[in-house]
Amino acid sequence: MILDIIRTGFMNLRRDRGALMLSFIVPIAFFSIFAGIFGSRKGGTDPIHMVVVDEDRSEFSRRFVNALKGEAGLRVETVRQDPASAEQAVKAGDVSVAVILPKGFGAAPISFSHETVGARLQILNDSSDPIAAQVVFGLIQKAAMISMPDAMATEGTRMLDRYSGGLTPVQRARIDSSMAALRSHLDAPRDSERTDPAGGLSGGLIAADIRDVVGENKKNPLVAFYAAGIGVMFLLFSASAAGGAMLDEADNGTLDRILSSRVTMTTLLLGKLGYAALLGFLQLTVMFLWGAFAFRVELFRHLDGFLVMAIVTSLASASLGLCLAASCKTRAQLSSLTTLVVLVMSALGGSMVPRFIMPEFLQKIGFVTFNAWAIDGFTKIFWREEPVTHVWLQVVVLLGAAVVFFAVARRLARRWEVA
Amino acid sequence: MAPPLRIDSLAKSYGNRPALAGVSLEVAEGEILGLLGPNGAGKTTMIRCVVGRVVPSAGTIQVFGDPVGSGAARARIGYIPQEIALYGRLTAAENLGVFGRYNGLSGEALDTAMQSCLEWAGLQERAREPVMSFSGGMKRRLNMAAGLLHRPRLILLDEPTTGVDPQSRQRIYAMVEELRAQGVSVIYTTHYMEEAERLCDRVAIIDHGKIIAMGAQADLVRQSFGTRSELTVYCDDAADWAASMGGAPSAGGGSYRFTVTDPALEIAKILESARAKSIRVRDLTFKAPNLESVFLHLTGRELRE
Repeated sequence: MILDIIRTGFMNLRRDRGALMLSFIVPIAFFSIFAGIFGSRKGGTDPIHMVVVDEDRSEFSRRFVNALKGEAGLRVETVRQDPASAEQAVKAGDVSVAVILPKGFGAAPISFSHETVGARLQILNDSSDPIAAQVVFGLIQKAAMISMPDAMATEGTRMLDRYSGGLTPVQRARIDSSMAALRSHLDAPRDSERTDPAGGLSGGLIAADIRDVVGENKKNPLVAFYAAGIGVMFLLFSASAAGGAMLDEADNGTLDRILSSRVTMTTLLLGKLGYAALLGFLQLTVMFLWGAFAFRVELFRHLDGFLVMAIVTSLASASLGLCLAASCKTRAQLSSLTTLVVLVMSALGGSMVPRFIMPEFLQKIGFVTFNAWAIDGFTKIFWREEPVTHVWLQVVVLLGAAVVFFAVARRLARRWEVA
Repeated sequence: MAPPLRIDSLAKSYGNRPALAGVSLEVAEGEILGLLGPNGAGKTTMIRCVVGRVVPSAGTIQVFGDPVGSGAARARIGYIPQEIALYGRLTAAENLGVFGRYNGLSGEALDTAMQSCLEWAGLQERAREPVMSFSGGMKRRLNMAAGLLHRPRLILLDEPTTGVDPQSRQRIYAMVEELRAQGVSVIYTTHYMEEAERLCDRVAIIDHGKIIAMGAQADLVRQSFGTRSELTVYCDDAADWAASMGGAPSAGGGSYRFTVTDPALEIAKILESARAKSIRVRDLTFKAPNLESVFLHLTGRELRE
């Protein structure tokens, strides 16, 4: 019986070109537009959530860390004490950047030349947020100036000893020459921030190596976000439209006819849920296939994770769609409510703009939407390349949402059962 | 053996507004019972109670002895709603397939039922066309067919000719008569008197949620009017004269109604009196009482008010 209801839904869909277009063509168009606009977007977070691991544990490194903590543009965490866990935090998306102060860093933290004297500072980065590492690098230089004036003086003296050899005219000339070179070096930002052959940043007071620990091989970092984000948003629209068919059926007496047959309301709702969920799953599949074809989303490498996330996301969307439909009395009412709920959920949940560039309080609010959970799950699979077992929390939340929404829809649908 | 339908003291209220106020009736095997009444009289509420779509406030309903809403009762009821309860984008055959499956049919049984219903509705040649392209009459016929796929023994037809042209209406009458010939029991709600007169073995006149009269058409007329007929005389400003002759002004004005038992004698007498009083008679009609007259007589209102 449930299969018959699903079949009826698809038979109707096949004849409804508008619904077909809304289900498959419009989402792809939106996805392509967003991917085109934001695919190479440079963005940043403010403040940047970062972790600092102080392996050096010297006086200099302690002061340096404290100076970083005092930066308004940074939210510095120091609880992780080893580079591996810091790297894991970046990979998991818990922090945007990790900074490692290696042993020996404090011995000669400041360098006025391109030659690094002490151990080089390490910056671990998630390349989906390319600007964060650059901002952190800049603030590190500022922190160095604030926290290590003595180190700067020491380095200055060393430079003086090295280049002056006494205050003879020749030596003065050499110092002047060096200082002029330094000034010109500092005055020329592009020269001073050039990337060295090792992929790090030197030329500042503190030299650092920047390493992308997530997505270093991905060509178009934000596309995976948008495949999930836009997909979930349109899933919600089409799930609501599918649920709304019940309003038409109630209007034209078809619901009376169905419920006077052997079909009960629970059976009918399960059938509608099955149809909407299957439609949603197909939509996501088409979306990701298009993403794989046009934007190199690695669908086939993460097929298991995609299937798990697509199924639970489709179920949650379908349930919400039924819930919205059951709470409305007319199609027009449903249309307005759906537009409102879906757009707000999509905006908050990260379907329109990645949540990591939102202010932190908005990121937290986003968790009341299941867009956020769905996108997090897809992101873990496609961006962070985590195994499917790592999305268990997202799966549980989405399945829980599906059950709750269905239960509410069933309760609301009692008004159609008997009058 | 239990009758196809037995309703006892059925009542339903929406808030303080009673839609049904103690309806009792029984439908026999192979009988067509007409529910005649104006809009809002309670006909559709009663039908929806029988289908199980409305929970009565009081009273009982049994279908072939089974309580309404039970699986056995559902299997024996064919409900044809007032609206065109079909999927417009699906073809006639697809619609029948859908509703057949919802009623538990499958395979060969479903195919046979679909063919039979398409034939009954005269839509074999349009079976593969989407319903949205059908005329109103064709949609009505398919709407009826969709309720009969599982061969119900009690059919509830809720105003099946609403919005249908006269030709299609005749076709629907023929379809209902065919059902009677098959021994199926039918409850037929309508506010068209001529439908009830043509199709129904018995008629229940329902008004304000109550059955105010029930029986065969001839019996109802006889109970209300005996052998009396109605003469309407069209003339102006003749109230005093009409009253003196036992007449009463008609609802619309400009005419007066007289009840006559011996038409040949009494009509001549009324016309002679009018001539004597110099009253100019523009027109006159004479009709034997019918269900509409009965309704008017019992309620004081026209059937289609």
